[in-house]
Amino acid sequence: MENNMFTSIEIRKKQYYDSVFLMGENQKLGNSDGIIQTAVLMASEKNKSILLDLGITYSKIEDAGPNDLIIAIIGESEQAVSDALGKVDSILQGLEAKKTEARFHTIQEGLGQLPDANLAVFSIPGEYVPHEARKALEAGLNLFIFSSNVSLDDELQLKQKAEEKGLIVMGPDCGTSLIGGIGIGFANVVRQGEIGVIGASGTGLQEFTSQIHNAGYGISHAIGTGSNDVKDMIGGITTFSALEVLEKDPNTKVIAFVSKPLGEQLAEGLVSRIAACKKPIVCCFLGLDSPLQLPKKSDRVVRIIDEAVKASIDLLEPGSKSGNLTLTPKELAWCEEERGLWSPEQRYLRGVFAGGTFTYQSQQVLKDAGIRVYSNAPLSHHMTLADPDVSQYHTIVDMGDEFYTLGRPHPMISGALRNERIEQEAKDPQMAILFLDFILGYNASEDPVGELLDSIILAQRKAESYGGHLTVVASMCGTDQDPQDFAMQKALLDQQDVFIFNSNARAAFFCANLLRSEKVLEK
Amino acid sequence: MMEKEKDALFKESLKIINIGLEKFFENIEAQSVEVVQVDWEPPAGGDTEMMEILDHLL
Repeated sequence: MENNMFTSIEIRKKQYYDSVFLMGENQKLGNSDGIIQTAVLMASEKNKSILLDLGITYSKIEDAGPNDLIIAIIGESEQAVSDALGKVDSILQGLEAKKTEARFHTIQEGLGQLPDANLAVFSIPGEYVPHEARKALEAGLNLFIFSSNVSLDDELQLKQKAEEKGLIVMGPDCGTSLIGGIGIGFANVVRQGEIGVIGASGTGLQEFTSQIHNAGYGISHAIGTGSNDVKDMIGGITTFSALEVLEKDPNTKVIAFVSKPLGEQLAEGLVSRIAACKKPIVCCFLGLDSPLQLPKKSDRVVRIIDEAVKASIDLLEPGSKSGNLTLTPKELAWCEEERGLWSPEQRYLRGVFAGGTFTYQSQQVLKDAGIRVYSNAPLSHHMTLADPDVSQYHTIVDMGDEFYTLGRPHPMISGALRNERIEQEAKDPQMAILFLDFILGYNASEDPVGELLDSIILAQRKAESYGGHLTVVASMCGTDQDPQDFAMQKALLDQQDVFIFNSNARAAFFCANLLRSEKVLEK
Repeated sequence: MMEKEKDALFKESLKIINIGLEKFFENIEAQSVEVVQVDWEPPAGGDTEMMEILDHLL
């Protein structure tokens, strides 16, 4: 280490805090004056290896366990390190004071307080989920498991056990559910209504439910299954349960199902189940090239969330005027105008996304328009980025991928990761379009646009300094009822001449149109 | 034989035990739902194998 660095490493035995809280505090601390690097995290094996990667080594770290807190601070002066340590202490003291009010440490203790509880919501490290979730099922609780990193074997066992008991397991890796209008996890505030939806993707459910609300309709229930439920090994246990629930629910008139393509065996079973369902069903399989054939005349298969919204509303109210994907003449004129401002060098689209489903869907829309996009989460393997940290040609990165989020807050919670990437993209004079997604709702960042605004402005100025003009396109998933103030978030982007769409697919269509007349060199 | 009907949860008022992120608890509470926060910590020193053994013994 260099001589002008001062390091403090402390281990606080038996002080457990959740990782999302610690990552948030760590980020604030890292922005303090005179601080070079900080790491405030629990001493799990994974975190210890992160510290090793950062070059932070200390014999006591090796001996620390997952209940012990590590505070590592590297600063430019002794004073800066000591000030930062003081900040950590005051934050933790505040939290400890709060903790003395809440008093439950086990599910059993929680059940003592709320004996007729019917749902357990888990957001603890995945490795501990099977053990705790089994106990919750034994106690007759349904499960919403936000945590990921639960093995498929454990997932299957939990879901089979739930089946025996007549319970439902939403997850693991379930981002969103709306049960009778109550949002669990990352959910938007939407009115209640007659459309029920099942989804293997959290952001997919958020986009669908928000668009239904924004079109003036409502949701009965939105049931998240977790991302692995549609794999053949799990066999869609939660998907089938959710179908049964919505089929029986008197408030649900139309059922929608939003998912990436299914496992082959599951697809077969699901087609027969859908055929037997008494209610009309809209299936939205993102990325599906050859649509499934559904025998029942009322059922529809689509490939884009907006089409699923439109089809669901049409089934509910035939002939109703719901959203259209095609661009308006005004939007087409904007494309022409923007292209005219680009320098001859500017030709590439760079998407820096928070939502995995949006990364996927945008690539699909662009591919349909003949535009090939590289990604860390590509539609097909040959479009995988050689280095996820470096964009090539047209690129859309899913910054929520574990590659980026290991030890860092997810981009739906904090703008830090995306700011860094946008600033990096800004250095490339070939970037013509910066494409972003913003996701509002419960548990998401309180100010997703505000967090990214400085980087957006920086990228715009940088493009001007190269003699060009950066076109910034954004989609915003949310409703006028969300806690973040939808109108204010939109106004912030408007002020910076960002083209904003209430639909990720429409924003991607807009990008496709911007690029269409460009002769883009591709491999 | 199933002990419950699967759709029971969707017909009843939600009553939630939140295990983990306090922010989830706050946002559930903000929707006027009965919810209890469990400040979970890794049991048995975080040793998952030990937890399994204890589960079988107890």
